[in-house]
Amino acid sequence: MILPGILASGISGHLGGNYTSLQTVTVGSGGASTVTFSSIPSTYTHLQLRIFAQTSRSGAITDGMDIQFNGDTGSNYSQHWLQGNGSAVTAYGYASQTRGWLGGSGGASGYFSANVVDILDYTNTNKYKTHRYLMGTDANGSGLIEIGSGVWLNTSAITSFTILPDYSPYVQYSSFALYGVK
Amino acid sequence: MASAPTYTPIATITASGSTTSVTFSSIPQTYTDLVIAGAFYETSSSNTSLQFNGDTGSNYSSTSLLGNGSTASSARVSNFPCIFWDRQGNATGYGTGVAHIMNYTNTTTYKTALLRYGYAGTWVEEDVGSWHNTSAITSITVGVVSGSGNLASGSTYTLYGILAA
Repeated sequence: MILPGILASGISGHLGGNYTSLQTVTVGSGGASTVTFSSIPSTYTHLQLRIFAQTSRSGAITDGMDIQFNGDTGSNYSQHWLQGNGSAVTAYGYASQTRGWLGGSGGASGYFSANVVDILDYTNTNKYKTHRYLMGTDANGSGLIEIGSGVWLNTSAITSFTILPDYSPYVQYSSFALYGVK
Repeated sequence: MASAPTYTPIATITASGSTTSVTFSSIPQTYTDLVIAGAFYETSSSNTSLQFNGDTGSNYSSTSLLGNGSTASSARVSNFPCIFWDRQGNATGYGTGVAHIMNYTNTTTYKTALLRYGYAGTWVEEDVGSWHNTSAITSITVGVVSGSGNLASGSTYTLYGILAA
């Protein structure tokens, strides 16, 4: 049995506590400029973030989505991704960034994006931290599909992270659900 | 930070005989997201797709990213009768795929699905699809919608529910 990107075993009823919902942020009517998960328990091996989101960025199909770990705003993030826009495919790579990259969300089109993000071995203090994501938004005639990965150049255990849009706040009904995977 | 185990198997369907589709019906409305894990192919190189709540109208759209080992490409369909899961088409042997259907019970937004499928040594694809409907999803049909052929006998599809805290 293979979870999306993460091996698991021992299915009985649910996955035997191997996949656990930790916290969910659902954006209310006032919108949200950032979404932060703090005091993340260190008792899991990996984290998975499942996102359903749209921002109020007008005239745009998508808005960028970024991540910062443990409040680090320094130039300590690098990332690569592959993106298809319905006709062309483009590969991107950036080093020494102040934010990690999670693809994007839907813009003010009425279509919400879907993002599944895996943050691997997040408590290990001997490794830089790596995340990967699959993201897409389709607005019936426009949209993006993207796969990517990034590294936070820090060996600290991840205890918190913040999700940030590039342009405009997240709108009502956007949701960010964090899970722990053993 | 509260915690609750989740990722619950709901049902598994194995295609048999000559069938163009299988359906998960009466899906519980007690989860946040749905995931379908599949090992499948088709009897002709058409495609496997998703439809929701029996809607066969042109109320779906998809954007795809595909790679065959030498070339990457992207494609889109709009106002289409399904969301592609295996757009490339595979009549050769079992490929594997995962489909994420997000926030499926909400009645405010259109529904978004994120899908992956690949056949080792041949190609891999990722798709995002929208169903232009705000209804809660109560059934999912997996089938050959655009094209000819059947689901290959023995193809399996397992539905999971994920509940956010």
